[in-house]
Amino acid sequence: MTTAETAAREVGRARARKEDARLITGQTNWTDNITLPGLTYVAFVRSPYAHARITGVDLSAAREASGVIAVFSGADFAAEQGSLPCAWPVTEDIVLPDHPAMAVDTVRYAGEIVAAVVARDRYAAADAVELIDVSYEPLEPVLDMEAAVRPDSPKVHEAGNKSYTWTLANGDMDAAFRDAPVVLERTYRQQRLIAEAMEPRAVVCTAVGGEYTMWSSTQIPHILKLMLALVTGIPEQQIRVIAPDVGGGFGSKLQVTAEEVLALLLARKLGRPVKWTESRSEGNVAVHHGRDQIQRIRIAAESDGRLRALDVDLLADMGAYLMLVTPGVPLLGAFMFNAIYKMDAYRFNCTGVFTTKTPTDAYRGAGRPEATYAIEHIMDDLAAELGMDPLEVRELNWIKHEEFPYTTIAGLTYDSGNYEAATAAAKELFRYEELRTEQSARNGDSAQVRLGIGVSTFTEMCGLAPSRVLGSLRYAAGGWENASIRMLPTGKVEVVTGSSAHGQGHETAWSQIVADELGVPFEDIRVLHGDTQVSPRGMDTYGSRSLVVGGTALVVACGKVREKARIIAAGLLEVSPEDLEWADGRWSVRGDPDQGKAIGEIAFAAFAAHDLPDGVEPSLDSDATYDPDNFSFPHGTHLCAVEVDTETGWVQIRSYVAVDDVGVVVNPQIVEGQVHGGIAQGIAQALYEEAAYDSSGNLITTTLADYLVPSAADLPSITTARTTTPSTLNPLGVKGVGEAGTIASTPAVVNAIVDALRPLGVTDVPMPCTPERVWRAIQEARGGAR
Amino acid sequence: MKITVNVDDVRYDDDVEPRLLLVHYLREQAGRTGTPIGCDTSNCGACTVLMNGVSVKSCSVLAVQADGAEITTIQGLGNGTAHPLQDAFHEEHALQCGYCTPGMIMAAVDLLRDNPNPTEQEVRDGLEGNLCRCTGYQNIVRAVLKAAGRAEVTA
Amino acid sequence: MIPAKFDYVRPSSVDEAVRALVSGGDDAKVIAGGQSLLPLLRLRLAYPERLVDLGGLDELRGVRDAGDALEIGAMTTHYELTRNPLIKEHCGLIAETAALIADPAVRHRGTLGGSLAHADPAGDLPAVIAALDATLVARGPSGSRTIKPADFFADFLTTTLAPGEILAAVRVPKLDGWGYRYEKFHVTAQAWAIVGVAAVARRSNGHVAEARVGLTNMGSVPVRAAAVEAAVSGAEASAAALAAAAAHADEGTSPPSDLRAAADYRRHLARVLTGRALAAAAGAS
Repeated sequence: MTTAETAAREVGRARARKEDARLITGQTNWTDNITLPGLTYVAFVRSPYAHARITGVDLSAAREASGVIAVFSGADFAAEQGSLPCAWPVTEDIVLPDHPAMAVDTVRYAGEIVAAVVARDRYAAADAVELIDVSYEPLEPVLDMEAAVRPDSPKVHEAGNKSYTWTLANGDMDAAFRDAPVVLERTYRQQRLIAEAMEPRAVVCTAVGGEYTMWSSTQIPHILKLMLALVTGIPEQQIRVIAPDVGGGFGSKLQVTAEEVLALLLARKLGRPVKWTESRSEGNVAVHHGRDQIQRIRIAAESDGRLRALDVDLLADMGAYLMLVTPGVPLLGAFMFNAIYKMDAYRFNCTGVFTTKTPTDAYRGAGRPEATYAIEHIMDDLAAELGMDPLEVRELNWIKHEEFPYTTIAGLTYDSGNYEAATAAAKELFRYEELRTEQSARNGDSAQVRLGIGVSTFTEMCGLAPSRVLGSLRYAAGGWENASIRMLPTGKVEVVTGSSAHGQGHETAWSQIVADELGVPFEDIRVLHGDTQVSPRGMDTYGSRSLVVGGTALVVACGKVREKARIIAAGLLEVSPEDLEWADGRWSVRGDPDQGKAIGEIAFAAFAAHDLPDGVEPSLDSDATYDPDNFSFPHGTHLCAVEVDTETGWVQIRSYVAVDDVGVVVNPQIVEGQVHGGIAQGIAQALYEEAAYDSSGNLITTTLADYLVPSAADLPSITTARTTTPSTLNPLGVKGVGEAGTIASTPAVVNAIVDALRPLGVTDVPMPCTPERVWRAIQEARGGAR
Repeated sequence: MKITVNVDDVRYDDDVEPRLLLVHYLREQAGRTGTPIGCDTSNCGACTVLMNGVSVKSCSVLAVQADGAEITTIQGLGNGTAHPLQDAFHEEHALQCGYCTPGMIMAAVDLLRDNPNPTEQEVRDGLEGNLCRCTGYQNIVRAVLKAAGRAEVTA
Repeated sequence: MIPAKFDYVRPSSVDEAVRALVSGGDDAKVIAGGQSLLPLLRLRLAYPERLVDLGGLDELRGVRDAGDALEIGAMTTHYELTRNPLIKEHCGLIAETAALIADPAVRHRGTLGGSLAHADPAGDLPAVIAALDATLVARGPSGSRTIKPADFFADFLTTTLAPGEILAAVRVPKLDGWGYRYEKFHVTAQAWAIVGVAAVARRSNGHVAEARVGLTNMGSVPVRAAAVEAAVSGAEASAAALAAAAAHADEGTSPPSDLRAAADYRRHLARVLTGRALAAAAGAS
């Protein structure tokens, strides 16, 4: 029994969300809202130095302060805190240093925790933090990756500043580059970013009779529970983790943090419930950062623009420590630099480098935006080199619609796609030819405001991930997802999912899927998630995986429910199960549809269990754990038009069109919302954002006054559309969408800026393309003349 | 210091530290946890409430400065039925994680008070003080225009 | 995130406020709208022991027509500045500029006096007040006195207000018939100006009879672009002529190099934006 045989009434509908009821009325349950009897408040002392030995921690004044319950330094936790986990040691010889939650003798980034205060309220805790006197012996910071890998560099860790080198290679690179008519070599910089989810992190933890309950603003309650057990030695079954309402993540809450481990240890030590709430300026240094790569890219091509080979060499900034998936993030991009293009040879080499900065880890796209940026940027450079239209050179190289499924040079098999259709649709919506004509007419050398058109044709690998592939990459966990369907006696349904939404609307979309699968009204379904006691099995939400993997688990589980129901219905109707057919939530006799039972009736019959067939369990409830066979490959074509004021460097996005193919769409409003939000973040990387450090290794952009997240006044309205090429890899035909907008948009914007300025001799503008950087690129191209 | 504050039509009399931020007062003493805190430099706007009928960022007001004031939070909107902006946000999918939403809606309430028939650009400019990381603002702008009764909304 | 402790007084008269400041000495600080002060306190960048809240001083609010000038109370909010009919009619530059400060919620609380007394050279109103040749009225233990902008703004975040003195009002000459423009160049709507240019110009027979230009964020205090003013006096009201005059904009300035911009770019922006501001103020094409 497959989905195709069930009338799809809910899937595809722009259902308004169930989540909204509590969110638009302020009846929310953010972690910081949680109060408990006797709750105490934690505040952390953080290192002001990027690199230093801790020579003393004087807690005495803080201990005496009003309302202070206890004060701790690293020495108090040294024996029990273990090391914060890295679940992805990408090579056998990886340098994976210890990472204490609270620093004991050395700090390696400004912001690293060195002491903790527990007080009766947050105001007393904030005051007491200032009474703690930590003495440091400053060491030399290590801030530049290229300097860090030189033998004379100061060491972040004893074992050196190179964490690992990882290579993927296929095809004969030497042959491809030998005598290649066109060879381009570029160096691009992916700047360091801060996710800035709107909800600052918070943790509440209780320890009662050896049982621990932790509420945390996390994307990964299941992984967190397991990791807390492994790190602290507390038995896994004694830990309950709850992700209540979570205000955004974008990868930044895909982490096992010092604050969570310390909250657990503090609750245990004190026998009191503890709460920690982050301030934004604290979060900017303490939440893991994103991106931060130096990319050396070389392509070899024929004189007609056909690609021969791609060579990628990355320096990836790990920051001071390897956190949960830090070393693996660039590797996710390893399979994506070749993108949608065919070629004969590909090599990817990445060196993970330690610096005395906040550790990096996943941020929306995690490795794939970096890859897409590099390839889409150099494809534009190739087009310019050959005097070709940027879309023309892409089409020459991309995988044709009829060639799917296609195994790429990086070893992935893309199941389906239609780059031609998405591109044609985008060109039309964007009025591409018209804009190119306008551009030619306007852009004489003396034009002060120049029109630029940027192209980004992307695919991405999401739906993380087939467990066997993860294992082969040395990732410690799998990529399956779990769903559990509970048929209640009154015919209502509880869906327990292992996914952990933090804005993605799973409660609504999962209801839509189950409504179609079981023929139960949308309103009669409730989706439960985020609490390991309620949803015991799951692999949580990141990597645009939940619909593809979690949604498929739902379908499989619903199929089991239907089959159990069939058996019981056959018993009730006194027919053979083979005589029954399923339609619209009923099992009925083939050829005699009035003779049938609705799933709700069957559920009650299972509950009452008065006359079930022998050996049949009195339950329709079913689980499924689904492990995907492959990644998911959404794709799209984004086109961006900018007006660049060459006098000031000001960039105005004039229009932006995104045509994305995410396979079958469950809820078009939710999909569109993900695209909008993803594009906003990608534009922000292109134009506004950078986590900037000073020469001492202190983060300068510690507040939202300095780290510029755009508002509605700064962003354009965008035009979105879709093509639909179903995935062949799952019964729903869906592909992931959560990160696609971010992956596509950054190169679309930067390519547009460069396109506007190429006639002036500009070949690149480093991100973020602030007006000053744009202006400077123009000046440099003009030879410094004003 | 003793203060009297009217929050969502309820009178509260309290004795507070001068440094107590209004947002903390609302969340912890008046029990109005619907108003969140998102930053420490008054950039994000998540904490936006109405004070004496106009929008303010409650993280940048001291509770003692609200003595004698009338505060309306997201939980005081609508008087039992949904406010048109709440309906519009829901219909137009103008929220994802929902953290910025209380502040965004309160800012929009004030925007429409000040300018009942805004253009798209006026909506965008009027919401410049409220950051959202999830939606890209597209649907938020549509929702505000819809609530303002504008027939044409952006594509 | 959470300020350090302080005492708080809310005087009901200016004299009471002055007394509270005098008795508090160096550890006392005025709070007006709090939109600049509270973020500083929350980040624990300042530790006043006493805050003197001027919020109860209605006598410091409002705009009065004082003949050839407007007298704007120091506690007038930015929002009121954007809406007040007298300001819009007689010195529209203030209304235009106030609308560009921060965002609506901040403008509902932030005040003219607070912005000026805070004296952040990246703030917009100091350059406007300088360009308008306004007169600041201070009241303190020794009574009332008037201060010109050049004598008021001393350094980064520093004014010449004496201990116990508060800014009570700003007298702005009516510039009826003058054109004006505030050019604020900032990367995002919420961001501070990288450079801002306040320009007012009086036209006569297709020429600029007189213009005044104030620069934001071109030094530690707001700067009058005196060389521009001299060059533009009598100049043709054309974009080219005004741009030529604007080429002097960065003379005598010492712009900072910081996260937002390097000094050379600021100098360049000052020249470009002054040309644009003058063109707009002079109604040039």
